[in-house]
Amino acid sequence: MRVMAQMGMVMNLDKCIGCHTCSVTCKQAWTNRAGTEYVWFNNVETRPGQGYPRRYEDQEKWRGGWELNKRGRLQLRTGGRLKRLLSIFASPVQPELADYYEPWTYDYKTLVDAPLGDDFPVARPKSLITGEDTQVTWSANWDDDLGGAPEMGHLDPLVERVRRESEDKIRFELEQTFMFYLPRICEHCLNPSCMASCPSGAIYKRSEDGIVLVDQDRCRGWRQCITGCPYKKMYFNHKSGKAEKCTFCYPRVEVGIPTVCSETCVGRLRYLGLFLYDADAVTQAASVPDERDLYQAQLELLLDPHDPAVVAAARKQGIPEDWLDAARRSPVYALAKTYGVALPLHPEYRTMPMVWYVPPLSPVVDLLAEQGHDAEDRDVLFGAIDALRIPVEYLAELFTAGDTAVVTDVLRKLAAMRSYMRGVNLGRAPDTSIPASVGMTQESVYAMYRLMAIAKYDERYVIPKAHVEQAHELEEIGCALDYDEGPGMYASSVFGEASGQRVPVAVETYHALRQRQTSDVPAGSEELHGRVNLLNWDGNGVPEGLFPPRHDEEAPR
Amino acid sequence: MSVVLWGVLPYLVIATLVLGTIWRYRYDKFGWTTRSSQLYESRLLRIGSPLFHFGILVVLVGHIVGLLIPESWTTTLGLSEHAYHIQAITLGGVAGFCTLVGIAILIVRRRTTGPVFMATTNNDKAMYVVLVAAIALGLLTTLVAIGAGAHAHDYRQTVSPWFRSLFRLNPDVDAMAASPAQFQIHALVGMLLFAIWPFTRLVHAFTAPVHYLFRPYIVYRSSDAQVPAPTGRARPGWSPVGTADRDRRSR
Repeated sequence: MRVMAQMGMVMNLDKCIGCHTCSVTCKQAWTNRAGTEYVWFNNVETRPGQGYPRRYEDQEKWRGGWELNKRGRLQLRTGGRLKRLLSIFASPVQPELADYYEPWTYDYKTLVDAPLGDDFPVARPKSLITGEDTQVTWSANWDDDLGGAPEMGHLDPLVERVRRESEDKIRFELEQTFMFYLPRICEHCLNPSCMASCPSGAIYKRSEDGIVLVDQDRCRGWRQCITGCPYKKMYFNHKSGKAEKCTFCYPRVEVGIPTVCSETCVGRLRYLGLFLYDADAVTQAASVPDERDLYQAQLELLLDPHDPAVVAAARKQGIPEDWLDAARRSPVYALAKTYGVALPLHPEYRTMPMVWYVPPLSPVVDLLAEQGHDAEDRDVLFGAIDALRIPVEYLAELFTAGDTAVVTDVLRKLAAMRSYMRGVNLGRAPDTSIPASVGMTQESVYAMYRLMAIAKYDERYVIPKAHVEQAHELEEIGCALDYDEGPGMYASSVFGEASGQRVPVAVETYHALRQRQTSDVPAGSEELHGRVNLLNWDGNGVPEGLFPPRHDEEAPR
Repeated sequence: MSVVLWGVLPYLVIATLVLGTIWRYRYDKFGWTTRSSQLYESRLLRIGSPLFHFGILVVLVGHIVGLLIPESWTTTLGLSEHAYHIQAITLGGVAGFCTLVGIAILIVRRRTTGPVFMATTNNDKAMYVVLVAAIALGLLTTLVAIGAGAHAHDYRQTVSPWFRSLFRLNPDVDAMAASPAQFQIHALVGMLLFAIWPFTRLVHAFTAPVHYLFRPYIVYRSSDAQVPAPTGRARPGWSPVGTADRDRRSR
């Protein structure tokens, strides 16, 4: 057993309101650069819908992820190493810009510069690729809120599959039946197919926290990873000619603050924490013959951080104590394994994704509420989950390779929690039969309710800091050892906030940010070592330390 | 004159190639890429690119065999000069033709597809001129040889000995000077191509990912401490959206 730590995320889809704040803040932080205009490390899709890039889940076409070959061994869907190397000169199944969308801006300058005339000047859309006038015909969330679903809903690969499987039982009501949002980032898989496709070996998984990154100095732009990733979360920077991807905001995570998408999530639906897993068992787990066993195989990879044997093995691997403690408090482990309500996205790709989703009960609840039923009554909810086959089948295509039993089970747990807690909140005697009916205890239902409904910031984000003793092993924190001055080492120093010795940019910025967010005094007014800070002086009053302290007991002359 | 062209110049080219590549690798790893334009257009690329690349690989093998293996070896193996000549011209002609057609498709694509043309730098354009010239002149030597039939010049008596003598640090200038003009021009353009090689996008050929066949699929890495100190300048890859790089008037 080789225990490794993995940063993971769980998103509770019931809470997603589809506001795209995560996408926008992520874009501002990471991809508002030339060459990545079309790139969204984080995007929010309305499901059913085609997604971004269009129909990326159609692996018959895009050939992403892994499959089992004739001998039952794991192989990239695009074929063996030699075959892939021979197709390097023109990747046969790489999405083109049209499959994402052509990024554009507006010609805002004409609004200001247009000469006086009878007509109002307009800002025309200009392509960010060619600079020419363009027609905006698609975007990263063009089919938001089921926009165009009557005409294009059938283009969702999952809708196609659900339809195929249930023959003509579903007609066109599908699109009107339900809708939910699916925020997506890189899955930071345990068995990443992008990494396996990279001819240069530039993509790597950090052994400390499992974050998957692209070494920009080693990437040669062979662009095989873009085909390899079944989630199409590898992007080609068309200016630099390199692959780029979601970084799990590693500079933030290293100093213990959540990713930008999590931090800014309005619905507070994201949970961050550690998984411990057995790295030696990954390939075997990813090779189980039946796709529907993959979810279970993936669950079994996750090790119980309370198990003394696991703890001992983890210590032997050099995982620090506070990381083990964080693993025990991990909200993502609780949701994925303890309560079993979080499911991996498309386990059938065999990549062992580490961003998990609590499937939404809202399609069921909304429908019941609209029809005037009591949407918080256990029996009504259970009945509806069984009766509303289409949403359940759709969710199963998304999260369990089509196994509706697992999804039904999760939805029943969520329904049970809902109706049990309603009883508690109304002051009725707790109905013990409700938790029992989904194989849970009252305590565990309550604990799950706490985690899912009212968990605070530090319960949702349990992020152990990168270790000083490992510091030389992590990119951004590398130089921090040089000036270890105790707790205040990143605080504002003499010449104002973020002055002083050079610190790697991320560490500096995020420590300063943290300082500013958590401190009661204005930035920069800390210990001045007997000197005066004029840089942070805004002109009001007297800068601290410029004059000797005034003694009030002295009588004014 | 011959001494400068065939005795001095080759060493200058080799020095430029080696030192230039080392310099580029040390200081511009970030710029070391294929700069693929498949994202913009892939229909023509899918025909032109494999045609060109596989063609040029065969041409490369042909050059290695023709230049490095002495004629006496192939004769010992029982391959007559005539038989060797026939197979070399056939294989080389076909491969060279494929390469030329491939690069023609790629250049037409580059010129006619808006975004691809916009992503083409002056460096690329200069490189294309030299590359196409080298390929075309190489093909010309083959055509001349076909035209001359049995009287074709046997470059394995002139060019190849000279090429091998370069590595013995005792260049056989006279042998090369005795070869026909088309070989001499082709060799000169070839040297020019190798001299500019490290400074163009052609460097991607030096990192051909052959090790992919042997490396493990999953790469774990505990990153090293080689973090460059922040310079205050914008780092490569972080230029803002919608500015100079896209402003057509400033091109």
